Amino acid sequence: MADVGLRNISKRFGATQAVHELSLTISDGEFVVLLGPSGAGKTTTLRLITGLETPDSGSVMIDGRDVTQDPPGSRDIAFVFQQYSLYPHLSVYDNLAFPLRSPARRVPEPIIRKRVEQTAELLHIASKLNNRATRLSGGEMQRVAIGRALVRDPSIYLMDEPLSSLDAKLRAELRLELKRIQLELGSTILYVTHDQVEAMTMASRIGVIRDGRLLQLGTPREIYESPADSYVASRLGTPQINFLSAGLLSDIPVPPGTETVGIRTEHLRLAARNGGGMVGRIHRVEHLGEQNHVHLDYKGKMLVTLADPHQPLHAGQEVELQLENPLCFDRAGQRLPAMAH
Amino acid sequence: MTSAVASSTAHSIVEASPRSKAFASALVILYAVITILPLLWIVATAFKSQSDAIAYPPKVLFEPTLEGYVNLFTVRTRQTPDFIAKLPPPETWYDKLVRERDMVIAGPSKVVPRFVNSLIIGFGSTFLAVFLGTLAAYAFSRFRIPLADDLLFFILSTRMMPPVAVAIPIYLMYRQLNLTDTRLGMILLYTAVNVSLAVWLLKGFIDEIPREYEEAALVDGYTRLQALRKVVLPQAVTGIAATAIFCLIFSWNEYAFAVLLTSGEAQTMPPFIPFIIGEGGQDWPAVAAATTLFVVPIVLFTVLLRKHLLRGITFGAVRK
Repeated sequence: MADVGLRNISKRFGATQAVHELSLTISDGEFVVLLGPSGAGKTTTLRLITGLETPDSGSVMIDGRDVTQDPPGSRDIAFVFQQYSLYPHLSVYDNLAFPLRSPARRVPEPIIRKRVEQTAELLHIASKLNNRATRLSGGEMQRVAIGRALVRDPSIYLMDEPLSSLDAKLRAELRLELKRIQLELGSTILYVTHDQVEAMTMASRIGVIRDGRLLQLGTPREIYESPADSYVASRLGTPQINFLSAGLLSDIPVPPGTETVGIRTEHLRLAARNGGGMVGRIHRVEHLGEQNHVHLDYKGKMLVTLADPHQPLHAGQEVELQLENPLCFDRAGQRLPAMAH
Repeated sequence: MTSAVASSTAHSIVEASPRSKAFASALVILYAVITILPLLWIVATAFKSQSDAIAYPPKVLFEPTLEGYVNLFTVRTRQTPDFIAKLPPPETWYDKLVRERDMVIAGPSKVVPRFVNSLIIGFGSTFLAVFLGTLAAYAFSRFRIPLADDLLFFILSTRMMPPVAVAIPIYLMYRQLNLTDTRLGMILLYTAVNVSLAVWLLKGFIDEIPREYEEAALVDGYTRLQALRKVVLPQAVTGIAATAIFCLIFSWNEYAFAVLLTSGEAQTMPPFIPFIIGEGGQDWPAVAAATTLFVVPIVLFTVLLRKHLLRGITFGAVRK
């Protein structure tokens, strides 16, 4: 394991700037998640680190060594692909052994056997070793794919949405397992996803990426509670953060220059009308079991928030909106520090 | 369960009805009969006597003889009955067979060297075409090649005219290079014709193999060529087998260039077979015997690769 760094790295494909001046350092033992929509440059960033793509400018450092021009095989990286990660013509055992059998590595067969068996044990696929790779369920395939990376002890594991093709239940299960394994082995991982839950649950630090730029890097709590701008704020939280133009607010002190206010569900309380200035009309209540999704209309803007299912709310009802410490953003979308009380 | 399905009148869009199944089977059987019958006729003719072979109306039932095969493999001279009577008794069954026709065997015919030529030229050019085609197709599929589309079109364009159109230039070229009537010349020629087919077919197959497989191997420390061998080729084996069969069929059966460019040393079977002459014209049983033997290798090759062929022949249109 080692430190991995990107320095001002840029990559352009034709007219598209896939990655723009991106810098990032991943420390030994860290689990960094790059979070962003598809086309944000996440996968390209991973491919630049592996050497499958060469950057137009900037450099890739692994353990203090500049590897920008090195071929992929000599960078000591393990990569888990989003799909097509298993060789269909090989058994599970041979798939797992494949990285160790590379001519560059020359691991003796008995050690390969030991490593493969240990890894299979770790991922609970020991009984499947003799199966053909194509005869596995989706969850097992993805375990083997992760296993193919884990059999080695590389500087860093790169994972490109390894769980995205699985159903929700399996994804949740493997998410926990992946985190357990990472803590157990003390591995350094750079993980790419568009799923905020994966990012929030697994990451030591999250990097939010958009249009090839790293917008903010921080712990999940920092990213959630102190987003640098309105885009970062909109990436995290369910239901999604509501944005209201500051002009529509009344009675709420906001810092000077505030253009938009971001209201998450925990910033918003619904109460019976009590003479307050902000009154909204409930449009729809969705009962989800442990909570209710409330859609309400405030001065023509639709807001979505959560409410206790036992709170008596119904469509058409008028309620008073009480805001507590909402996030304030300026004209450019940058967040302004909250007013001191 | 089966009877319930059979007696059901409900139409299923996935399961063919018994009637359409029967119709399809009948069609396939009819087609098989049409294609296999001439082949059977050839096999039978090889066992006929010369007179039975040209009898009119054609004979379906006849007394089988190995004369055709004996004539194919030997050169014979006619002798007087007196001369034959003075010879020591025949040593083999075929000596005996020939002497009954007032002839003696003068030596082996050229069929074996011609057959060997066909094998060397057919399989040699197939191997070369598939080998070069695989490498070229891989490069076209995976690398950013300047003018790739134009190059691919150029490669295909070599098949756009009938080969005979360039027969004379090729003949003159080969004469200058001393390649006429050499196995090397024929291998090169058939490779050149087949390589375009091979590149196009194989590019389709390789395009369908996700790049991620090789990229994973590259990251794992394999070189590009090792990844090609360990990851791409095993998955392209279906396409390679189908391509090899198409190439072999072409070079095995090619007639026009073989007639033009080979006459002795490097002559292949197609120009050799029709000119197997017996007494008083073509020796049809011997021609049929040669044809039968000629078909065997390609049938064997196809049967050996049929597992791959069925999937491969759809040109990659059906995904695994």
